[in-house]
Parts: sequence; C-alpha cells; structure tokens
Amino acid sequence: MKWIIAAFLALAAAVVFVSIGAGWGGHRGKPVVCIGSTSVEPFAEMLAEEFQHKDPNLSIDVQGGGSTAGIQAILEGIADIGMCSRSLNPPEAAKLRGIPIALDGLAVVVNKSNPVTALTRDQVRAIFSGEVARWSEVGGADEPIDLITREEGSGTREAFMKLVMEAKVAPPAAAASQPSTASAPAAAPPPVVRISRKAMTQESNGAVKELVKHNRRAIGYMSLGLVHDELKIITVDGVHPTAEAVRSKQYPLMRPFLFVVRGTVRPAAQDFIDYVLTPEGQHVLEKEGLVGVR
Amino acid sequence: MRQAAKDKCISLILLAVAMSAIASLAMIAAFIFREGLPIMMKVGVGKFLLSSDWYPQEGRFGIFPMIVGSLAVTAGAMVIGGTLSLACAILLTQFCPPKVVSILKPCIELLAGIPSVVYGFIGVVILVPAISRYLGGPGLSVLAASVVLGVMILPTVTSISVDALRAVPRSYREGAIALGATEWQTTHRVMLKAARSGIVAAMILGMGRAVGETMAVIMVAGNTLDLPHSILAPVRTLTSNIALEMGYAAGEHRRALFATGVTLFAIIMILNTIALTVSRRRARKAGQS
Repeated sequence: MKWIIAAFLALAAAVVFVSIGAGWGGHRGKPVVCIGSTSVEPFAEMLAEEFQHKDPNLSIDVQGGGSTAGIQAILEGIADIGMCSRSLNPPEAAKLRGIPIALDGLAVVVNKSNPVTALTRDQVRAIFSGEVARWSEVGGADEPIDLITREEGSGTREAFMKLVMEAKVAPPAAAASQPSTASAPAAAPPPVVRISRKAMTQESNGAVKELVKHNRRAIGYMSLGLVHDELKIITVDGVHPTAEAVRSKQYPLMRPFLFVVRGTVRPAAQDFIDYVLTPEGQHVLEKEGLVGVR
Repeated sequence: MRQAAKDKCISLILLAVAMSAIASLAMIAAFIFREGLPIMMKVGVGKFLLSSDWYPQEGRFGIFPMIVGSLAVTAGAMVIGGTLSLACAILLTQFCPPKVVSILKPCIELLAGIPSVVYGFIGVVILVPAISRYLGGPGLSVLAASVVLGVMILPTVTSISVDALRAVPRSYREGAIALGATEWQTTHRVMLKAARSGIVAAMILGMGRAVGETMAVIMVAGNTLDLPHSILAPVRTLTSNIALEMGYAAGEHRRALFATGVTLFAIIMILNTIALTVSRRRARKAGQS
C-alpha cells in the first residue's frame, strides 16, 4: 500500500517539475516554431536542417497542419513563422506580412498508364466540376474519371480553386442553379465553379500522390516540387510545367510559398528567414524542384 | 486506527481519480455542445442534419451524406466484423481444444493492439487496389472501410462474446447434450440463446468503436461529399469530416465541425445507452434464475 502512495506522490512531483521545467525552458533557447502548409513543410524541414548545421544553438520546429492553420497559429501567437502555400487574402494581408520564399507550380497529375498528356485549363475545370466524367471525353480510355482533391482549407486546394476553378467566369446559368446564401449578400453573385461532390478528399500531397500512383483512372493536383517521377504531369494550356516554365511564368498554374509573420519578428526567427532568402537557402529549394525568388 | 486512516486516504485518492474521469467527460460534453449547438440552431437542426450541401466557405452546412456514410460504414463493419467475431467466439468456447484456444485467443486479442493508422495503411496498399481491380470503382469505398473496421472491432467483440458464452452455466450445456442434442444444436439452441444479451452488448460496443474510428477510415473511405450509391462508392463519415477539416477551420466552419461532433456524440450516446440497458437486463435475468 505504501508504495502506491509513494508512486502517486512521485508522479505528482514529476508532473509539477516537468511543467515548471517547460515554463522555464520556454524563455531561454526557445525553438523557432514554423507551422502551416503541408506543401511547404518538407522544404522548410530541409532548410531547417541545413540551417541547424550552420547554427547548432538554434532549434527550429517545423509542423504541418495546413496553410490556414499556419495563419491561425500566427494570429494566436503559437508560431513564429506561418507557412502558407497560397497568396494571403485581403483580410489576412491587413494583419500579416507574407514573405515569398519560392514559387511552386501546381501540377495536375494522372497515373503513368494514362494516355492523356495534355489538357486545357477549361478541360481541367470541366473535369473537376464533374461536367466531364469520362476519360474518353478528353481523349483517354473509355473509363470514368476518379477525382482526387484536397480538403477544405488546404492552400493547395485554394490555389487550385483560384487558378483553375475560378479562373474564368463561367456562364451564369451554371451558377444560378445554386443560389448563394446570406453570407455574401449584396455582392455580385460569385460565379463559383465548385469541385464536384464526387471528388475524393485526401489530406496531404503525399496521400494524393499515393492514390494517383495506384489508380489508373485518377486525376489530382499537387505541389510540383513533390511529384518527382512516379506520376505523369499533365501539360496545361500547352505548357509543360518545368522549373523554367514556372520561373518565366509561362506555366499558368503557379503560386507563391510564403513565410507569414506578424509585427516584429524574434531575432532567431528573422535569422532563419534571412537564411532562406540567401543564395544558399534558395539553392536548397531549387535543388528540390521549386523556383527561387531571388 | 492508523490503518483505517491510511485506507481512508487511499480511498480518497482513488475517488479523486475516478471523479477526474467524470469531470473530463462533463467538460468535453459541455465544450462541444457550447461550440456546436449555436450553429446548429442557426442553420436549423433539421437542415443541418438533412441537407446534403456541405460548402463551408459559402456558409452552407449539411451533414446528411456523412451521417449516412457513418451509418453505412458501421453497418458494413457489423456485418463483416460481427459475423467473424461471433464465429470466433463460438469456435473458442464450444469446439476448440484448450491448447488451440491458448494460441488463438491471444492472437485475436493482439489485433486490438495494432494502431489504427497501420490498419489504414494496409487498407490503402492492399485492400483498396484489390477492390478497384476485382470489383471496380475507385477502390476507396464503403466496402474498404467496412472490411478494415470489421477487422478492427473483431478483438473487442470476440472477447466480450467469449466471456458471455463462458458465463453460461455448465449445466445448460451438459443438460442439452444429455438430452441427446448434437454439439451444434446445443450451441445454436441453448448456448447462444442463453448468452444472447451479452453478445448483443458486445456487438453494440463494437458498433460504438466503428462509429468513432477516424484515422483508418480517412485513409480508405475516400471522403467524398456525395451520398454513397453503392458499397463500392467512396464516402465521408462524421469523424473523418471533423478530422479532415479541423486543422484549417475557423469561425462558423469550426463551429459547424463541433456541431458534427455533437451529432456524433448523440449517436454514440444512443448506442451506449442501448448497450447499458441490454446488459442490465441480462444482469436482472441472471438474478432471477
């Protein structure tokens, strides 16, 4: 019986010490916390690793969660740097500062065995809105198309919505069947072409890649830097997305990768941001298939 | 005297631990209801539960396809997992030599220790491509989720059913055999009948687990917003809706996810209440006989 009480006391003491310890540790060598887009995450991890080689005293903690989660984390003061894979929208831009660290192409990907190699943006939109439901309608096999999309709030999804689904105003007749709700009153009716309900939702670039790799009817979209060569990248509007085509802005689907900060930045975090923008940091990103901003 | 004081001290500590479990349940319930109920009221409970339009960016929240999805996947899991578990329990208690039981039972129980993400991963890598190839459709489907969940609930349901069958007095079995019933007649007509309420409770606990499982389901169910029209169609469940979008959601969208949680909470409470009532009735019956 005695040892049970002793164990309880020890446990309680441990909990107290650990929490005090964490509190103290928090004020000293506090790691730079980066939270946000799962598209930026792998690149930020690489950069953090390189940076820690140079400055072993500083630890950098990179977490995923998504672009919007990163912005939320910055607003709540949980993170030092938010990672975002889309442009900031106006209300966000009013409060935060976005520092472009690289450009990324948005790759439309299909299975390697799919004969389709090129699509126009209108075709991609028609496919993702569900209007075109069979591959034969765009020059492929006579099979249904399996759409794969990202979850609501993903930066990649938002970039795709902006660059493809909302790129050109659809005929109003298409939008009229779905009247907008009270949330956007007097404003002009948003001619949103929605991603089809039949689209399967995956929660990371990796999951999209995994599915498209194993499903010959699938089509998805993901960060160009993460495709490597397991999937077939579709030529969009006649331009094949290479780093060169992204840099020269010929490829239509591209978006910035941002580091998002608010107000004054802690020196440690600023050091990391500065490092990312040096030729050395940019080289790390370009080596991995992104396009640098310098 | 000192011993008594010590006992009291220990019982107080244990009471505090027990209370903390209740307190956390109460806090969780209060929190999700506080966050979720207002938006449910605003959208309208009926519309929230029965509309199929889930467009959070446009302020349209309807979770009907996900309720159907959760129920479909759970029903599938019960058909697959429930049948298998019952078969396992019958085998383990009625037909198996003790030596085989001593190997088989720990194996089944070990299934409970495998993390759900591993089940999901195996589902994605093996089950999903197989379904797509041999049965058609995208592979990510109600069927895939049902199979994965069926295996996941197997250990729980089996071991509780085994306990229920073992709790049947020996004399029932011996009496039936003595009256000339075959092994199968004994099992089917006597043992299963006597253990029925325990087995039902096991099934309902398994159902609760299946409704609440998230990770494995996200990986194999496909998460579409559409109503599933066949068991080969992909589907989104209530839990995966929350887990998929929670990280990003803000404002009304976030509250709508809490409201999804309220719905889930209600479904699970209903299942647990049924489970409790059934097992209470069993206890009362046992008391009478």
